Amino acid sequence: MSDCGTGAVISGIGQSDVGRRLGRSGLSLTVEAVLDALADSGLDRADIDGLSTWPGGSGPAPGFTGAGVFDVKDALGLNLEWFSGGSETAGQLGAIVNAVAAIRAGLATHVLCFRTVWESTAQTAGRRASVIGSGGERVSGSHQWMVPFGAVSAANWAALLASRHFHEFGTTREQVAGLATTLRANAALNPKAVLRDPMTIEDYLNARMISEPLCLFDCDIPVDGSTAVIISAAGAMADLAAKPVGIEAMGSALRGRPYWDQYQDLTSMAAQDAAEALWRNTTLTARDVDVAQLYDGFSILTLIWLEALGLCGRGEAGPFVAGGGRIARTGELPVNSGGGQLSAGRLHGFGHLHEACVQLRGLGDDRQVPGDPEVAVVAAGGGYLAGALLLTRYR
Amino acid sequence: MPEAKAPLPALDPGNTPFWTGGCNGELLICRCGSCRRWLHPPVPICRFCLSTDVAPEPSSGRGNVLTYTINRQQWLPSLPPPYVIAVIGLDDDLDLRVTSRLAGVEPEQVSNGMRVRVCFEEAGDVWLPLFMPEGTADE
Repeated sequence: MSDCGTGAVISGIGQSDVGRRLGRSGLSLTVEAVLDALADSGLDRADIDGLSTWPGGSGPAPGFTGAGVFDVKDALGLNLEWFSGGSETAGQLGAIVNAVAAIRAGLATHVLCFRTVWESTAQTAGRRASVIGSGGERVSGSHQWMVPFGAVSAANWAALLASRHFHEFGTTREQVAGLATTLRANAALNPKAVLRDPMTIEDYLNARMISEPLCLFDCDIPVDGSTAVIISAAGAMADLAAKPVGIEAMGSALRGRPYWDQYQDLTSMAAQDAAEALWRNTTLTARDVDVAQLYDGFSILTLIWLEALGLCGRGEAGPFVAGGGRIARTGELPVNSGGGQLSAGRLHGFGHLHEACVQLRGLGDDRQVPGDPEVAVVAAGGGYLAGALLLTRYR
Repeated sequence: MPEAKAPLPALDPGNTPFWTGGCNGELLICRCGSCRRWLHPPVPICRFCLSTDVAPEPSSGRGNVLTYTINRQQWLPSLPPPYVIAVIGLDDDLDLRVTSRLAGVEPEQVSNGMRVRVCFEEAGDVWLPLFMPEGTADE
């Protein structure tokens, strides 16, 4: 217990069916993931006294969220001592950070955390899920500084960072292809991944451009799916059935300006702040990381996280992922061993969290990273959203 | 380059000078009356010195392209590609940036560091501040 830095563990993990156009409600997917996590943990519904989610019950586009705190509380008949749901936190993993904070404050003992998307089904219903303002309404808040100029998709916002990264550091599409093709190879071993056909570097280079320099294969795939994890006080271990995963440290800092285009360094983002805070909160270092699950809503975000976390040098993420050898499942730093969002599907950060736990518990089957990984870093978010977790195999 | 028609901003008391200054040919940006730093997006307080003596002033409207992307995807029926989205570093202040769309230039001619100046596109009750290469004909 003493080797778990935050005093909290991940006591159970669960995931619904994941796929395209499943035609199920967000709440149905969520319930499936939650029941899976409960069964995994050995906890009873009555043990759950906290609930945490991102971004809550409403989002900026159809299918972006499938259930909120109140939906799940009521559906499962939970008695809650603490709950939280919202998007203004340290990215998607902010829901985990908040749960740990609540446990440490004594407000709850077992917090159920979930993230649900059903963008694939929502898109089929007629509206493009990932575009801001697609309903023709006027835009406000931070979107107003981007959307009126045609920067209506996160692909555009990420492309601006990629373009600057390419310009400053000489990063190339040929290098980035190493990331996309490696994740596709990983996805082939993940039965839940939606894109499992092999991708060659040629396939990548020939893909149509979306927002230069980002092509189709630099953008993740909208899917339907829900992921749930249960965060428990390390002192409540007696209740648990599964081998838990320790939460060694968390990074939730935000120091730079909270905009895609106003962060001081246009080759980076709030990831820099969250990563710096993560390492300040632990005695472990980047060299201790055995497996990395890094947000890949767009390929450039993974490159930025690699650099922010010190997993490679500043400006060196292009050469680091080139060819895919270092980041392959059998490489020196396996990245996104389940295929990531680029090939497995956009479970929006929680897919990465789930995969980190799978790897640390040795449950990866065909895609298990060799060498019994003991330390995993999970990072999620783009632009001003950023959160990072350092997880350890519980000893 | 085809004309892009994207969703417009909802005007409020804080953002109206920025979005309507173009009717007088001005790119109005908040500026601190105390330390004289420029502040964007619009705010009622200076994040450098915490003075609340902040008001919109006409900026030079000139700067250079810090980064850009040629958008090739048709996201909305009203937004035919290609068009170029760019982050402009304005000359007035080291940290003063606006994101905008480039006008009057072929996408393939855009480069980082390119000098640009503001021009305005009227769209209902707002004047979109776009940027075009410096030295373009009507200057």
